[in-house]
Amino acid sequence: MTATASQTEASIPKPLWRSRLGKVARQYGLQIGITCVLLVIWGLFVMGAPETFLQSNIYAAYMSTIPFFAVIALPLTMIVIAGEMDLSFPSVMGVGMVAFTNVWLLTDQVGLAFIASLLAGAVVGFLNGVIVVKLKIPSLVATVGTQFFWRGFVLVVTNAGGVSLVPIKQHPLRQALVGRIGGYLPAQMIWAIVVAVLVWVFLNRHKFGAHVYLIGDNVESARLMGVNVDRTRMINFAILGMAAAFGGVLSSFEQSYFWVSLGDGYLLKTMASVFLGGTSVYGGVGTVYGTFIGCLIIGAIEAGIVAVGKVEIFGLVIKLSGFWTQLIYGLIIVISVSLQNILSRRLAR
Amino acid sequence: MEYILEMRNISKSFGEVQALRDVNFAIAPGEVVGLLGDNGAGKSTLIKIVTGYHQPDPNGGEIYFKGRKIEGLSVSEARRLGIETVYQERALADLQTLWRNIFMGREVTKFLGFIDVKKMRQETEKLMLGSMGFTSSAVAADSVVKTFSGGEKQGVAIVRALYFDAELIILDEPTMGLSLSETKKLLEFVRGIKEAGKSCIFIDHNVFHVYSVADRVVVLDRGTVAGEFLTKDITLEQLMDKMYRVAQTGHLE
Repeated sequence: MTATASQTEASIPKPLWRSRLGKVARQYGLQIGITCVLLVIWGLFVMGAPETFLQSNIYAAYMSTIPFFAVIALPLTMIVIAGEMDLSFPSVMGVGMVAFTNVWLLTDQVGLAFIASLLAGAVVGFLNGVIVVKLKIPSLVATVGTQFFWRGFVLVVTNAGGVSLVPIKQHPLRQALVGRIGGYLPAQMIWAIVVAVLVWVFLNRHKFGAHVYLIGDNVESARLMGVNVDRTRMINFAILGMAAAFGGVLSSFEQSYFWVSLGDGYLLKTMASVFLGGTSVYGGVGTVYGTFIGCLIIGAIEAGIVAVGKVEIFGLVIKLSGFWTQLIYGLIIVISVSLQNILSRRLAR
Repeated sequence: MEYILEMRNISKSFGEVQALRDVNFAIAPGEVVGLLGDNGAGKSTLIKIVTGYHQPDPNGGEIYFKGRKIEGLSVSEARRLGIETVYQERALADLQTLWRNIFMGREVTKFLGFIDVKKMRQETEKLMLGSMGFTSSAVAADSVVKTFSGGEKQGVAIVRALYFDAELIILDEPTMGLSLSETKKLLEFVRGIKEAGKSCIFIDHNVFHVYSVADRVVVLDRGTVAGEFLTKDITLEQLMDKMYRVAQTGHLE
């Protein structure tokens, strides 16, 4: 294939724009693909429910809910690129809020409580890393265990009782995290973008990210070339733990209540966003942009389906309801992951 | 003689298996030493101790680099000292770009660990045109290594070892999977290392290749040094004869 390509290039000089286009397609094929998926889905929603999707309320609603799992999906991308998995983050969201409510009720310091929750998340995440690295337990198995353990911890410590956060409704930190900018734009969306930028910089412009890619691609090579595999893995899990706590704070602040079930229902959505975004389950490949768009798609589906209400396929009218959400999630994920696999093989060089 | 690397009484076991037993090994500046031995003789283990990947057993010998005793050698420490290795499995990350592979584990950083992508890309382009001799228009600094041929991958692994001013270059089965012309190029490259006054440990199954470039040959058998010869004192036939006898009986004579 190489030989024929270079021969044709030599004999018939291709127009410059075509070879450039080919290069762009190879390098950004998956990102372009996922963007198209987003646009198609959005187009279908606009056509199916123009009265909903042509006015701004729905977008404000999206921007208020998508960040809760987007801030976790972005660092989870780094875990998956490194060839690992973490299923414990929904419970870590709860642990973070346990730390928050306890410190807050004890000291009345909201800022201190916020820092405590991030720290608790980082510590719990780091412990996941220790189990995976030092005890050499596959992360998928280890985090099944820690998911149950930390959910149980939350239930035991809180005695399964939630905490109202209404007293801090006017606190500047709450305004900064989940307030409405200009009365419209949810602040958490800004935070999701901040997290995306931070993760991008870490992944693409820092040694840490370079090592994450190398470890996920070929851990043995990384070791032979002197990459500190164990440390990178543990830091990776700690970052995700901290992000999970942050997501938990955002979600609880928005609802002004800490439910002990905080995090339930986030697991599949968050993972789906990562895989939909083109991150390889085999490790070594993945982008922040892909995950971000993946979050937008996954976050938009539920409300979109309900708003569209019914579709007509070949004269057959199907009434859509919330019950359809999971089926369509599944369909979109399986189709896009298969497409990515085919695309990445064809765009190989 | 001042050795660049000297290993004294090195022992290493993995659980019940003793891979190396009291191995003495040394190499002088500008010397090419061939390491021969059957599968399981301990060649790879010895090399992985030199590169800091494995540590000798507790009280399992001493390592000296330029006469200075080295304790608890790690991979990054070995690379810092100027020991570079081209591994049998080439130690590349297939899904990553060429420049990420060249700078694997040794990324060029600006501050606080932030990497200088532009510089690494430029250096890679330079290396591609110069030392790697890549002429295919399909290869660029941003090409993914997976698509390279065996010879191209070997070129990447070698250039990576050379880029960082190595003092001692270790080639572990470097001719494996190479075409005839690629092998010839590789052997010339080993002679080039010697001319530059640097040292090289050359490991290969192929006695012809080793004999044609090495100054000295060390034969390992079942974790011990069975013997060593200067290539100028021994003919290829004699060497092959001895190798065969070692494999059969465990003794040279």
